[in-house]
Amino acid sequence: MFERLVPHPLLSLTLTLVWLGLVNTFTLGNLILGVAIGLIVPMATAPYWPDRPKVGRPMKVVEYAVVVLWDIVIANIQVAAIIMFKREKDIRSHWISVPLDLTSAEAITVLAGTITMTPGTVSSTLSADGRCILVHCLHTDDPDEVRDTIKSRYEARLKEIFE
Amino acid sequence: MNFLIELLISFSLVVSGIFGFVGSFGLLKLRNTMQRLHAPTKATTLGVGGVLIASMAYFFAQTGSLSIHELLITLFLFLTAPISANFIAKAFMTRNLSQDDLPPTGRDYGWAPFDDPPDTPPDARG
Repeated sequence: MFERLVPHPLLSLTLTLVWLGLVNTFTLGNLILGVAIGLIVPMATAPYWPDRPKVGRPMKVVEYAVVVLWDIVIANIQVAAIIMFKREKDIRSHWISVPLDLTSAEAITVLAGTITMTPGTVSSTLSADGRCILVHCLHTDDPDEVRDTIKSRYEARLKEIFE
Repeated sequence: MNFLIELLISFSLVVSGIFGFVGSFGLLKLRNTMQRLHAPTKATTLGVGGVLIASMAYFFAQTGSLSIHELLITLFLFLTAPISANFIAKAFMTRNLSQDDLPPTGRDYGWAPFDDPPDTPPDARG
C-alpha cells in the first residue's frame, strides 16, 4: 500500500522541499501543497522509471555531495589558473577513455555530470554499449592518473551508493 | 549593517567577478571548441556561486529571514550545466571528429556517435 502511494519517497521529499524553497515562505498551506505535489508527481511519472536503483545509504550521498562540492571549488581555481597563466602552446589537452564498472543508467548520469563539474574534465560521450565513457581533459601530463582518480574518487563512491 | 557581513558580501562579489571574468576570457584565449567548453562549465560555477552567497548574506542581514531561492539556483545550475556541456560536446564530435580521432574504447563497440548500439540496452545486461 505504502509502496503504491509513495513509489519514490526520495523524489517526494525532494519535490516538497523544492516547492517550499520556490515559494520561499513556510506556511501550513504551502506545506500541504508541496506534499501534494510530492505525492502526485511520482505517482504520475512512475511508468517512466521501471528499473530505478534503490539508494541504500543516505550518509554516502551526503559524503559524495561534500566531496564533489569541494572538488568544484578546487576545479574552478585550477581551471582559472590554467586559463590565466599557461601559455597557449603549453596547454596539452587529451581525450581519455574511462572504462565503467557502473551499469545503471542513473549512476552513469551522475558520474558524467560530476566529471563535467570537476577538475579540468568534461565528459563527452559513452561507447555504443555504454560500458566506457569518453572524457576530455583540458590540461594534464599524465592521462592515466586522471583516469584512475575518476575511478577511485567518484566511481567507487557511486558504486557504493547505487549498487 | 554589520562590518563582518559587509566584508563577506564584498569578498564574495569580488571573487565572483574575478571568476566570471576568467571564464569569459577563457572563451577568447583557448584554441578549439572542446577546450573552450572547459571555461564556462567550471570557472563560472564559482562566479555565479559568489553572487548567490552575497545575495543570501545581504538579504539575511537586511530582512533577517533566510532566502532559499539562491540554493535552488545552485541546484538547478548543477543539474543543467553538465547537460548543456554534454550537448555541445556531442554536436562538436558529430560534426568535426571521427572514430579515428578518439582513443579506442577498449571494447567491441565504438563511441556512441559513430557506432550502433548492441541490441540490448546496457543496464539490462548487468
